[in-house]
Amino acid sequence: MHGMCAEREAEVWQALDRVTDPELDEAVTEMGFVENVEIEGPSVLVSFRLPTYWCSPNFAFLMCEGIVREVGRLPWVARARVRLEDHMHAEEVMAVVNDGRPFSEAFAGLCDGDDLDALREKFAEKAFQRRQEAVLLRLRALGHSPEAIAAMTLRELEFTEVEEDRLARYREALTGRGLAKWPGDLAFRDWAGVALTAEGLPAHLATLRQVRLNMEFNGTLCQGLRGARYKEAVEVDGEPTLVDFILGRVPPRPQAAR
Amino acid sequence: MYITPEGKEIFVVDGHIHFWDGSPENQRNIHGKQFIECFYAYHNALSPAEQRWEKSHFEKYSADDVYRDLFIDGPDDMAIIQTTVLGDFYKTGFGCIKRSHEMAARAKDRFIINGSYDPRDGEQALEYIHFMKETYDIKGVKLYTAEWKGESKGWKLNDPWAYKCFELLDKLGIRNVHIHKGPTIIPLNKDAFDVHDVDYCATDFQNLNFIVEHCGQPRLDDFCWIAVQETNVYGGLAVVLPFIHSRPRYFGEMIAELLFWVGPDKLLFSSDYAIWTPKWLVEKFWAYQIPEDIAAERGVQLTDEIKEKILGLNAAKLYDIDIEDRKAKLRADPVRIAAE
Repeated sequence: MHGMCAEREAEVWQALDRVTDPELDEAVTEMGFVENVEIEGPSVLVSFRLPTYWCSPNFAFLMCEGIVREVGRLPWVARARVRLEDHMHAEEVMAVVNDGRPFSEAFAGLCDGDDLDALREKFAEKAFQRRQEAVLLRLRALGHSPEAIAAMTLRELEFTEVEEDRLARYREALTGRGLAKWPGDLAFRDWAGVALTAEGLPAHLATLRQVRLNMEFNGTLCQGLRGARYKEAVEVDGEPTLVDFILGRVPPRPQAAR
Repeated sequence: MYITPEGKEIFVVDGHIHFWDGSPENQRNIHGKQFIECFYAYHNALSPAEQRWEKSHFEKYSADDVYRDLFIDGPDDMAIIQTTVLGDFYKTGFGCIKRSHEMAARAKDRFIINGSYDPRDGEQALEYIHFMKETYDIKGVKLYTAEWKGESKGWKLNDPWAYKCFELLDKLGIRNVHIHKGPTIIPLNKDAFDVHDVDYCATDFQNLNFIVEHCGQPRLDDFCWIAVQETNVYGGLAVVLPFIHSRPRYFGEMIAELLFWVGPDKLLFSSDYAIWTPKWLVEKFWAYQIPEDIAAERGVQLTDEIKEKILGLNAAKLYDIDIEDRKAKLRADPVRIAAE
């Protein structure tokens, strides 16, 4: 294996880190869904496997589409494709995703001709809420009062002791939605743009908690199911590949999965 | 009967169990294979290590296994068998009401066997409901909205034929409707776990009780909202409860939400046997306390009184079980299985 090849494979894995499971707001690589990456010149094939055969095809589509998009952004990639393994609608999903066509073309009869925009928006909201809750809970644990939290600007938030990764995830969702732009803007609004108030904080946190409980339910199950489903495959195929060494993933992830 | 460490007798009604045949011989196609494998993955993912079964045993277990796991080794006094047919996936049905009755014949007082139908069968569904009432005197049904049928990949509880079937259940006095909200895949452009159709039928059929299995998870918030609005909506703890082992703090958060919104009178214990067995679930549940900070947030706690309701009293109420009378009957007819 020569250097460039390994380097390119590492780039693909890093691109894949940016693809999230919409239902869970976790990276597909983190969830262990990506099985393999094959590179042939400017062409990349990503093998992808979900925790069950029954995972909803619309979620499967969103993830496969994300893979094609993110890998396709690498400057040396001319063609990115996904192989969805062992899924009830694998053929239909692959046919459109690998051809750059919309979801509605694969499932015209089952979705009233609509695409997934409303669903995307819904998951974007949930991801935002989950990330915001993580920051709010941390601030509360650090002793910030509801009044201080409600009045906090982005700049002030940056100077708290909230961990950078937690903060970065929230900042990305917040600015992505356009809810704050400048350091002097308020750090906490709801998805509709309404500023958080001190009195409203407990009720707001209760709402966010329910969103997290839902996401964790599926997250725990997905990881558990995936681990159970591919236990045998992992044992057969458990040799670390080069990329595992490159990315510091030795021992390989499937064995580290809960 | 569960005997608490303090010596108190707790009457246990297991609200959702199966007597299935998922064996390769009964599988009709790849979907049947994948379905039981998915159940097996649930079993492996959330069971304590020492409770895991061999795959072949999990695919098909015997009547003796049921009696032993539920009533001899396990603490159940009674169990409600839910029929999940999956005719497109299994030759003689995954579950089958006739097979369940044969299995239960040895100890009739211990079982409630619910029927099942598919509203997409139209008139035939109505006829079949009549048949189940006359032949088996069913008190409830299990509906699985994610079931495939030919080209159809699922249905909704507020479809016109679903309503015709509910009207008939109401007329015949079949009051308990257990709903399994699997990941339905129609319409495909919407959230696959949507539970809002429960809201419509619960409003429109006030005489029926809707027991939503696994409490509508992973849409707990929507389920809680609906259950607050509708007095005839209940939550079945199948799948939710096993988290008590692998993620006890998370289980505390879920049960606190459910107690706060749905309330202690509307939650039903279930093992979802044979995905899990009731012994470890009941023991862990009885020993469980919601962590203090979570309990304080919602102002709720799992008291012994509430646990007793969830483990049996609530289901007994839904199914008109006179507990003292039933206990006497069960004592007079202890469970026996052939020596091994």
